[in-house]
Amino acid sequence: MNHLIYLYGTDWGMGQFPICSVWMILFTPLVAAALITLLTGRQKGLSAALSIGAILISFALSLRLFLLFALKGIQHHPHPIQWLVVGNTVRINFGMTTDALALLMLLVVTGVGSAIHIYSLGYMKGDPGFSRFFACMSLFTFSMLGIVISSNFIQIFIFWELVGVSSYLLIGYWFERPSAADAGNKAFLTTRIGDVGMMLGILLLWSHAHTFEFTELKAKLPTLGLPVGTLALIGALIFAGAVGKSAQVPLHVWLPDAMEGPTPVSALIHAATMVAAGVYMLCRISWLILPSQTALWLIAWIGAITALMAATIAIAQNDIKRILAYSTLSQLGYMVMAVGLGGPTQAMFHLTTHAFFKALLFLGAGSVIIALHHEQDIWKMGGLWKKTPITFWTFLIGTLALAGVPPLSGFYSKDEILLLAIERNPMLFVMAVATAFLTAYYMGREVFVVFFGKPRDYHAYDHAQESPWVMTLPLIFLAALSIVAGWYSKVPDFLGPPHEAQRHSSLLTGGLILVPLFGFLVAAKIYWKAEPSDAPVKVALGNLWTLVENKYYFDELYHWIIQYVQGTIAIVCDVFDRWILQRLGIGGLSVGTGLLGRTVRLLQTGSISGYAFLIGLGVTVIIYYAVVR
Amino acid sequence: MTQSSIPLLSLITFMPLVAAALILLLPKTSEREIKLIALGASMISLLTTLCVWSRFDPNAGLAFEERWSWIPTLNVDYRLGVDGLSVTMVLLTAIVTPLALLAHWKQDRNVKLFFILFLLLQTGMFGVFTALNFFHWFIFWELGLIPMYFLIKIWGAEDRTYASFKFFVYTLAGSVGILLAFSFIYLATNSLDFLDLRQKAASGELGVAISRLVASIHERTGFHVSASCFGSLLFWGTFLGFAIKVPIWPFHTWLPDAHTQAPTGGSMLLAAVLLKMGVYGFLRIILPIFPDQVHAHVHVLLFLALASIVFGAFAALAQTDFKRLVAYSSVNHMGYAMLGIFATVASAPNVADIANEKSAALNGAMLQMFNHGISSAALFFLVGVIYERTHTRKLEEYGGLRKNMPIYAGILGISMFSSLGLPGLNGFVGEFLVFKGAFPIVTLITSLATIGLVITAVFLLGMMQKVCFGPLNTKWAGLPDMTGREIFIGAVLMFFMFWIGIYPGPMINASNTAVRQLVDLFQTMTVAKF
Repeated sequence: MNHLIYLYGTDWGMGQFPICSVWMILFTPLVAAALITLLTGRQKGLSAALSIGAILISFALSLRLFLLFALKGIQHHPHPIQWLVVGNTVRINFGMTTDALALLMLLVVTGVGSAIHIYSLGYMKGDPGFSRFFACMSLFTFSMLGIVISSNFIQIFIFWELVGVSSYLLIGYWFERPSAADAGNKAFLTTRIGDVGMMLGILLLWSHAHTFEFTELKAKLPTLGLPVGTLALIGALIFAGAVGKSAQVPLHVWLPDAMEGPTPVSALIHAATMVAAGVYMLCRISWLILPSQTALWLIAWIGAITALMAATIAIAQNDIKRILAYSTLSQLGYMVMAVGLGGPTQAMFHLTTHAFFKALLFLGAGSVIIALHHEQDIWKMGGLWKKTPITFWTFLIGTLALAGVPPLSGFYSKDEILLLAIERNPMLFVMAVATAFLTAYYMGREVFVVFFGKPRDYHAYDHAQESPWVMTLPLIFLAALSIVAGWYSKVPDFLGPPHEAQRHSSLLTGGLILVPLFGFLVAAKIYWKAEPSDAPVKVALGNLWTLVENKYYFDELYHWIIQYVQGTIAIVCDVFDRWILQRLGIGGLSVGTGLLGRTVRLLQTGSISGYAFLIGLGVTVIIYYAVVR
Repeated sequence: MTQSSIPLLSLITFMPLVAAALILLLPKTSEREIKLIALGASMISLLTTLCVWSRFDPNAGLAFEERWSWIPTLNVDYRLGVDGLSVTMVLLTAIVTPLALLAHWKQDRNVKLFFILFLLLQTGMFGVFTALNFFHWFIFWELGLIPMYFLIKIWGAEDRTYASFKFFVYTLAGSVGILLAFSFIYLATNSLDFLDLRQKAASGELGVAISRLVASIHERTGFHVSASCFGSLLFWGTFLGFAIKVPIWPFHTWLPDAHTQAPTGGSMLLAAVLLKMGVYGFLRIILPIFPDQVHAHVHVLLFLALASIVFGAFAALAQTDFKRLVAYSSVNHMGYAMLGIFATVASAPNVADIANEKSAALNGAMLQMFNHGISSAALFFLVGVIYERTHTRKLEEYGGLRKNMPIYAGILGISMFSSLGLPGLNGFVGEFLVFKGAFPIVTLITSLATIGLVITAVFLLGMMQKVCFGPLNTKWAGLPDMTGREIFIGAVLMFFMFWIGIYPGPMINASNTAVRQLVDLFQTMTVAKF
């Protein structure tokens, strides 16, 4: 640490952050990405070292800032850099926020990111695009950290789009697979729809408040006296950005497909950090949405619907990563619902614990996938717990944490949200509890089918072996975090003023503990067998099974819209151009010539301009004859 | 206004013409010398432009002015100068032309004529952006048309005759509109000087003069038309000329054909610079000289800008030809610039601080012009690179090219993202400023225009996927990646994409003052003057 302090300069004694080191957190990964792209692309080891080194530096610096703030209460506001000045007063800054919210998120992103970067060393070993992978990961880290520290709407929007690009590049990493390229496009375009809404929301807010800065807006908003409808519209439009990025209904369709990317990408971007950016942004601007009941209502319901719907879809999926992807959707729904219920701190708490255990689960799934030589179908796995013990035990910890079994972290954070729900909206509470039950059920199914029972593919099973230490070490690290992250129950307090003591009815808490256990029991009843199968559930659910297996036909609907609505408009525009305008253009010219003749007669002394015109015409004729002849 | 000691602008403008004359003297066979002279001349213009750029003081108004009496009896001066409206365009021309020449370094058919035409074109383009008197401005304007016609006609692809004819007829029709309008304006005011006319328009003198002209026409021919109607006719005549050039929907149908058939360098210049001549016409001529008419018809104009954005994007979506797709993206992108310009004209009484919103929109439009010049030049160049290797422009015939052409795929990817307005690259800044400025003024139209943002992404990503991703089409397994010369051209353009994307300050500063003055024109405007 000492030489780092020396390098980056510090004024600890002055009770301030070393400003330069705050910027270093952000820019070190960018430098790594640029260096890999431009210089070290050929040397794979060096590229990986640069990328991993960069995120470790960011992690160390973030940790220091976090501890300084948490222990000593030292906070510094670096002076913003003026990026753009337009007209006389429009100024767009590039600033840096280092409040509790940002520090917590910085720590989550760089901490989980570091583990995943190291894990990638093992997972991506031997891939021809190894360096490109690490360059993109560093680019992503830079963009994500940019979102976290943004101090105004334009800045957050810029980095918002940049994480979108990193995600696009990494989902389509294996670009030769048409499915990967498709998934990359789908992710970028679906989120862009939300982003356009977000941009309109930002502009609408600007046209009333005339500033983009969070701190100014926060202070100014109550004084503006905005009509309720406008406030709700602004909230809803900006929320659209979060709907896209955090994959909420109806823009959720891209996230499951995003699993086409390498597994570390799924863990980092599509589970722990980027998809949580929407929730983070909502927490960052909670002062904007909290005053609007309509916006809150919308956010809460979208979140709850997403949570429940994704959980039901997850029970019928067969791809080890897709089950986790739907689980991510579902948990993001929880967080969004928490924001909508007026509890951004609860949402952030769950975001933090979720980042740990979901990253853990994805990395565990990746370890299984590698052990079985890129097999992702859970029905071709089975009995793996003896073969890959570390993966199994850590995966189990992640599963229990996700399901909300005490005393693992997920229990505490989920509990907070459920208690909030029962206080504010019983209907949403019922949906959330149903989701919690389903979560335990589908995770139980995944664990039982993948790790227990008889192996279904003996060839793969015989060759399966535990992953190397670069992969298991991050698993253990994340498993430890998944266990303890909830114990420090001060996390919500850290973020804001302590919320009023909730009426912790022991009966309710006890009931909530039973929900996941019940879910596991049901799953065990069906799948805890030598040769488990979905058949009994299929029979029991009938058409409902078909519905959830086909993900409520969202993809089919959107495909239809794209093909028939968007496609038709495109063809109409093209045909209109080619035929109708063409004809009108040529026809119009002949009519125009007639009119022209009459008009020119009005020009009784127009010789000068006519002269210029004749020059043009004359030169043309001369060149034409000289050339074509 | 500063009078420059060395006529820098004349040097920039006529250097290519001098080189063209030099080349004329050379025998057809000395191709290498011809290319070197052409490149050298455009490099001199570039260096001189950089000198002008570095010494340009955006707050000083008109700079590097040259003014000599030319035809005193007709009150015509030879007058050149640059201000915030034109300096970035001169810079753009100076940057893109040598790159377009370099793109044709391997040209082997009829080299002499090809490079002469290119140099003539360059003089025309520089002239349009530096001339301040309609008389020679119009000669330069036509000079932008004729060489391009021959470039398409002689070196074009399979349908070149049709495309070149269409290009010629459309643009000439537009020129006639401009010419007629200015003939009447000259008759009315005895002036062809843009700045003089701007002043006359602002003071109301122009309106009075037009009324007098209408009266005298009525006297002499018995043809009756009201002064305001006549003013509108003049406006629409000029509008037609520039709208075709931009092109604004529905005057754009010449563009996909011309672009698709033109040789690579021709497409680069056509998209990067020639289209900007149209937008520049709006800024230099229509807005200052016809402020009342633009203001009166602004709703129609805004609709046309919206149509360009939305229909242009959708039409691009339907294309299967790589080059045609890029061409349609130009219609869409120019639509954003037009939206910014027309939003400046619109009045919105309830908007607080409207002058700043308008400045943002107009600065955005200016920047969008420069940005589109860079990104469209890059895209057309890249189409040319791949066409040279595969001799096809059909998107479905490519596939997986990233496998053996990673550098090509990288440069195409960055250019594509620049074109779709990704933050960090140039396109975003311009588009964002347009949206930011236009939104409070014309909220509905701006909101609808965001459809274009989504569709642009759809067709650009689709293009990228069809060209570079998926399994490699075995037919192209042996294709070599870009050569050093080609990478150099891409690198220069990418430099500007990143520079403006990250640090747009200097570009905005250059135009800001001129933009403010133009905006003020519509701030003080009260009632229609004629």
